[in-house]
Amino acid sequence: MKLISQAIATSEDFRSNRENHLAALELVREAAEAAAAGGGQKSRDRHVSRGKMLPRDRVAALLDPGSPFLEMGATAAHGMYDGAAPGGGIITGIGRVQGQDCMIVCNDATVKGGTYYPVTVKKHLRAQEVAEENHLPCIYLVDSGGANLPNQDEVFPDRDHFGRIFYNQANMSAKGIPQIAVVMGSCTAGGAYVPAMSDVTIIVKEQGTIFLAGPPLVKAATGEVVSAEDLGGGDVHTRLSGVADYLAEDDAHALSLARRAVAGLNRQRPQTVRWESPEDPAYDPEEIIGVVPADLRTPYDIREVIARVVDGSRFDEFKPRFGETLVTGFAHVMGCPVGIVANNGVLFSEAAQKGAHFVELCSQRNIPLVFLQNITGFMVGRKYENEGIARHGAKLVTAVATTKVPKITMLVGGSFGAGNYGMAGRAYQPRLMWTWPNSRISVMGGEQAAGVLATVKRDGIERTGGSWSAEEEAEFKRPTIEMFERQSHPLYASARLWDDGIIDPRQTRDVLALSLSATLNAPIEETKFGVFRM
Amino acid sequence: MALFDTILVANRGEIACRVIESARAMGVRSVAVYSDADAGARHVALADEAVHIGGAAPSESYLRTEAILAAAAATGAQAIHPGYGFLSENPDFVEAVEAAGLVFIGPSAKAIRAMGLKDAAKALMEEAGVPVVPGYHGADQSDDVLSKAADEIGYPVLIKAVAGGGGKGMRLVERAADFAEALESARGEARTAFGNPDVLVEKFVEKPRHIEVQVFGDGTRAVHLFERDCSLQRRHQKVIEEAPAPGMTVEMRAAMGQAAVRAAEAIGYKGAGTVEFIVDGSDGLRPDGFWFMEMNTRLQVEHPVTEAITGVDLVEWQLRVAAGEPLPVAQEDLTITGHAFEARLYAEDVPAGFLPATGRLAHLAFPAGARSDTGVRSGDVISPHYDPMIAKIITHGATRDIALKRLGQALRETQVAGTVTNLAFLGALAGHAGFAAGDVDTGLIGRDLDALAAAPEPTAPAMAWAALVALGLDGAPAPLDGFVMWAPLGRDVVLRRGDADLTCRVVTRSGRSHLVTLPDGIVVEALYDAAGWTLDGDTAPAHHVEGHKVTVFDGYGQAFERIDPLDRVAEAAAGGNLIEAPMPGLVKVMRAEAGQSVSAGDRLAVLEAMKMEHSLTAPRDGVVAEVLVSEGSQVEAGAPLIRLEDE
Repeated sequence: MKLISQAIATSEDFRSNRENHLAALELVREAAEAAAAGGGQKSRDRHVSRGKMLPRDRVAALLDPGSPFLEMGATAAHGMYDGAAPGGGIITGIGRVQGQDCMIVCNDATVKGGTYYPVTVKKHLRAQEVAEENHLPCIYLVDSGGANLPNQDEVFPDRDHFGRIFYNQANMSAKGIPQIAVVMGSCTAGGAYVPAMSDVTIIVKEQGTIFLAGPPLVKAATGEVVSAEDLGGGDVHTRLSGVADYLAEDDAHALSLARRAVAGLNRQRPQTVRWESPEDPAYDPEEIIGVVPADLRTPYDIREVIARVVDGSRFDEFKPRFGETLVTGFAHVMGCPVGIVANNGVLFSEAAQKGAHFVELCSQRNIPLVFLQNITGFMVGRKYENEGIARHGAKLVTAVATTKVPKITMLVGGSFGAGNYGMAGRAYQPRLMWTWPNSRISVMGGEQAAGVLATVKRDGIERTGGSWSAEEEAEFKRPTIEMFERQSHPLYASARLWDDGIIDPRQTRDVLALSLSATLNAPIEETKFGVFRM
Repeated sequence: MALFDTILVANRGEIACRVIESARAMGVRSVAVYSDADAGARHVALADEAVHIGGAAPSESYLRTEAILAAAAATGAQAIHPGYGFLSENPDFVEAVEAAGLVFIGPSAKAIRAMGLKDAAKALMEEAGVPVVPGYHGADQSDDVLSKAADEIGYPVLIKAVAGGGGKGMRLVERAADFAEALESARGEARTAFGNPDVLVEKFVEKPRHIEVQVFGDGTRAVHLFERDCSLQRRHQKVIEEAPAPGMTVEMRAAMGQAAVRAAEAIGYKGAGTVEFIVDGSDGLRPDGFWFMEMNTRLQVEHPVTEAITGVDLVEWQLRVAAGEPLPVAQEDLTITGHAFEARLYAEDVPAGFLPATGRLAHLAFPAGARSDTGVRSGDVISPHYDPMIAKIITHGATRDIALKRLGQALRETQVAGTVTNLAFLGALAGHAGFAAGDVDTGLIGRDLDALAAAPEPTAPAMAWAALVALGLDGAPAPLDGFVMWAPLGRDVVLRRGDADLTCRVVTRSGRSHLVTLPDGIVVEALYDAAGWTLDGDTAPAHHVEGHKVTVFDGYGQAFERIDPLDRVAEAAAGGNLIEAPMPGLVKVMRAEAGQSVSAGDRLAVLEAMKMEHSLTAPRDGVVAEVLVSEGSQVEAGAPLIRLEDE
């Protein structure tokens, strides 16, 4: 069942698609590079002058050389807080340490002293969620002043705020998911609980500090004058208090100690799926940005993407002649068996039923699901409502919501309305969710939303005998269209962590392979579906 | 008499292998003997049979006549090849072999005795009409007589061990004031090496060249196989040898050849031997400008260059003549074809003053297109018990220029990891302009020693490659290796080279693309394609890695050690008051005593290693806290010997 591509790499369409995608990619690259640069050159220089390694260098030194790093939330907080928190001031991602997939959470102290903005908290919690769902040991490279005080109301009190970090640590530890902290700078107030709640803690001599209240607060509270080092430095905590377990000479030494700690975890991946030998796709993944139209309104065959993602471009399509607007089938991604659910147009009842059937199959067979989401929604109109499209759509949503096999969602185009639910949108807890730079996400299209509002308005005006010119209507619709335009952009979405990151479409296969591999660190539980409305 | 069925090789290392290989080529079975240290050695593996003959020290094994004869008896060997060194020039051994009813593959005991004592040999040569260097070869060994003889000959003079060879027990004395001290030291070394402290004194020839003639006799008749030039010497140790001698004339060759044949025939020489001459090279080569030095009654280390230009297998000839065959060819049948060089590859630390080194040869590979005679393989150990030679690299070419270029190439392509070597020194010599021009004398190395002995700096690609190898990034990348989403990750890797810690930064753009920034800011791009890794477009050099040690085979082998932060910290925790053995050896003298006050530079102990004595001095003023080994102990490199009190 090798897929045969219809694309012509020398065509004008291919060339212009490619150029448009590259332009969209460039915007993301700039945003990601700005985030990676952290708090600016001055701040970085000051950080380095203290003998500290830069945060990304810390991550690199922790990971196995040459191993992949699946960064999450690379453009978090983009365009937020007046640009004060590049990357949200924290680096998260899945990397390999001593051959073991781990979740890395690394504060960037060059960004406002590593303090937690609301997005920082969200990014930290998201990393922990991914770690917990996929049984990834957590390594926290701590260098943070704690909560960002001007934003305290959005950081401290709620369920998914700062305190949740330690709740997660305790519960992951209870599940046998190792928690390792490396204290490479401040760990003040609430932050002190990151190392304290970890299974193993390493602290850098004369650099890392852990205390509930820093010297200024101590002086204010009790009048005691004490240095940071004497209050909660590495020597104190490894010799006197026992808050930390290993004293490191410097960052490099601390990271080596962390690597050694991971080497001793004695963990083994569970046997979950039957891996095959990986095989390159027959079509070059580089071509994806040429075969996929940059304009979401231009239809194309999603199999062109599948052919550039799966091993040998082989795709065992399921029910190909039924509900054709949803493409389902079996394939392998770098040797890992997957069930692919991909949109090829608007969802009809048959397509929804077929999708639910396919998710059941994968659940029974323990085959991870990959959703290639490009959906304008379910078909509307009397015929479809009357035949019960909501009932059929509910079947798909039920199946997607309750299946226990790992789900990876790749937003390759539009994500509008209820289609988002049926295709494992964020609310359906895909283990990881990635987007392409050309994607758009909103409750409906901007034109449609503005149209709905305009219709309501026109009805009101006309009911009172007034009149509304076309120009007036266009003027009325413009701000709505513009708002939808801005808010549906992937950089806007990813800044708010509605997904785990924007990827280069040419890396789709790699990202899927790494995501799948990460999820398979956890055993696959048995699925119990909810009631299917028949 | 028919050729032997089985011979025993009473030696080790490359020469034992060399003899075994010729024996095999002739269909003769070979028996190796080995010491405890050599149980897994190459010569043991090559031989058809091997017999253990004792402990690692030569006196407990390779010098034990009775053990060797017992091994021969047990294995049915009919003849014994002595190789060079050890028992090869010991007439008592020859007699013992013959008394046991076996054949000694070499000259008679009488011939060895005639040549073994240098003074007597010179007298004999004078009688035979062979020119000899003015000197004193008398039996009276009193200090006064020797010193007076030196005065009469005229300084500079050479003091040499009467029973010696190979430069041991030899001292050059420039002025009378230094004579007494040099005499003492030469006697000491002679006693250690040969068990005979007697010395001779002779004139030191200015601008001397060392040219020797290979002879071969069948007991009555002898031929010569032309000359070898061994002028490239360091402290009387040959470094690179060649044949024929540059600048040699037909007349001079005939004169030297005839003199050498006369010498051999005068003592009824049988087998391979070498007549060494000292040649005045100050004004070209002249038939009246050479003098007999000594005759080595054995196969020489450098015999392969003669084999290369004559096409003769000298070991084959040795076996055939020992079995009673007449000389295989007449003098007129022997011709010279082309030119040949031999370089002696040693485990030694050249920049540190040519200190002998030991160690496990983690990797050893020789290039195709050159002859390499070796007694070791990858994984073997250069032990402190024997000579630290790794191999002899021999090249041949139609002209001297071609042969020398091929030598340079072969040295560049020789790969050794696990120990320091003199490879770069040999390479520098092979590229020396004066040497290339044939302008050689025994002082050449000494004059240009600093330049020749300088350790070559690694090239940027070599260092970049070492960094990548240290990180394990040298292999074929797997599909997801090096994956990053947007911003690449960079890591620092610290490489130690000598005493310097070099920090290189490796930025991984993908599994197939890295940028390496070197300490001096130079950036090297590493890319992988179907043909492998390239560095700035050039194919990555070969390398070897073992643990944290990386050797890049570029610039004669550049060794680096990756410094793991964990090791670095452990290292810093260790103390610094110890005086350690710089190399493995025997603690010959221990002067330090606990409680003794010492000044920086005081000689506290003498370590004898590799037949050389090394003084261990106090690194600073202080008080000896503890003496950790006693005189006579055998110690490993790095062994703590003396501990000083904390400052």
